[in-house]
Amino acid sequence: MWSQLGGVYALLGAAVAALLAGIGSAIGVAIAGQAAAGVVTEDPAKFSKVLILQLLPGTQGIYGLLVAFVTLSKTGLLGGSMAALDVSTGLMILAACLPIGIVGLISAINQGKTSVASIGIVAKKPEQFGKAMLFPAMVETYAILALLISILAVNSIPV
Amino acid sequence: MSDLEYTYAVARIRSKELSLFSSATIEQLIARKTYESCLQFLQEKGWGDSDTPLEAEPILIREREKTWEDIRELVSDMSAFGILDYPNAFHNLKAAIKEVCTEGNSTNIFYKDTNPSAEFILEAVRDRDFSRLPAYMSEAAAEAFETLLHTRDGQLCDVIVDRAALDAIYRAGKAAKDEVIRKYAESTVAVADIKIAVRAQKTAKSLEFMKRAMAECDTLNAEALAHAALGGMEAIRDYLTGTDYAEGAAALAESPSAFERWCDNRIIESIRPQKYNSFSVGPIVAYALARENEIKTVRIILSGKLNGLSDDSIRERVREMYV
Repeated sequence: MWSQLGGVYALLGAAVAALLAGIGSAIGVAIAGQAAAGVVTEDPAKFSKVLILQLLPGTQGIYGLLVAFVTLSKTGLLGGSMAALDVSTGLMILAACLPIGIVGLISAINQGKTSVASIGIVAKKPEQFGKAMLFPAMVETYAILALLISILAVNSIPV
Repeated sequence: MSDLEYTYAVARIRSKELSLFSSATIEQLIARKTYESCLQFLQEKGWGDSDTPLEAEPILIREREKTWEDIRELVSDMSAFGILDYPNAFHNLKAAIKEVCTEGNSTNIFYKDTNPSAEFILEAVRDRDFSRLPAYMSEAAAEAFETLLHTRDGQLCDVIVDRAALDAIYRAGKAAKDEVIRKYAESTVAVADIKIAVRAQKTAKSLEFMKRAMAECDTLNAEALAHAALGGMEAIRDYLTGTDYAEGAAALAESPSAFERWCDNRIIESIRPQKYNSFSVGPIVAYALARENEIKTVRIILSGKLNGLSDDSIRERVREMYV
């Protein structure tokens, strides 16, 4: 049983990446969605603009999914023949998955809140949509940085 | 409700804010030559309904109803808005007490849409069962009723109820979680105290009267203000200069209407930051206050036009707009 612990840690890493980032995105998109629905109730013509702003916090979930895929592929679990991993390798893979998991969760929720504020701009000044989109997009930077680190780290761990 | 639960409501309010009158729109209304063309202008802007008569009061009443219909649709827990309802609810209490004591039978002296309703208050006063009224109202109701019944002093009755209203607003503000409600409560009570001091000074009221009428608040010392009022208008202005209400002192020096205008503008200033808040009940409370301010401003313009006031004198009385 102890010989499989490395694999358990690696799988836990993949789960953390997909779970936390996915939860963050679900919350972020839900918050922005409520604001988008509020604006569309009053002015349906703004649907396409607020939809884009609502979707912005959804990317973290995709990043988490990507890191989970890379991890599963790296450990061979995706192909059906999992490599024998020692505990330290498993823990290293878990640690590599943490950046996108944690940063994904926090950044998606905050990006959702920023999207709500930007939806407020679109509600009042739809011609400022380009500028409004930049504010939540800034939050994305940190999710991308975390994604890079997670992918680089997972790929660099010798299995 | 958590702040995030107001996200949908605040987004709808943001869209609704687009239809609030700006200063430019108010200027266009003032520029209309006659009272009738002002009503026409309001109708063109969507005020009233298709079946609302082209008269000031029905249009303004309908607009107020629309605001509260919107807010009730957006907010399930109306407790945050109770503070805005207090002035009208306490007005209904005064009207009910006078109605019962004078055995009158008027229906058009009550505000509709209050909590508790005018009918409920009237029934409680008729039955002399003041305990049925909310706790913040019952004691003052009993005292005001007995006072009016035994002394026939309508002014004293008004003072008792108005003081209870101010105390209720102050307590509700203290208990409120949202800053906008706390600021509104503090500002409302302080401004009411200043108005009491000014009127008491003009009508040479006693210190005891003022102490009875003025409510405690954090930004003014009611007792010091009452003493200042005994010393004359100059003393009131001197006292206010050392408080958060220094601008009010300048407005007092200018004219009574400038002072009234300053009082309302101060409330609008205190809620203006809510334009940039995307969460919490604050922006919705601010919208309700902005609509009340807008309706009040339109009423001032319409009555100015009806009474043949010049555009400049109307402009002097017009309040600042929220948007």
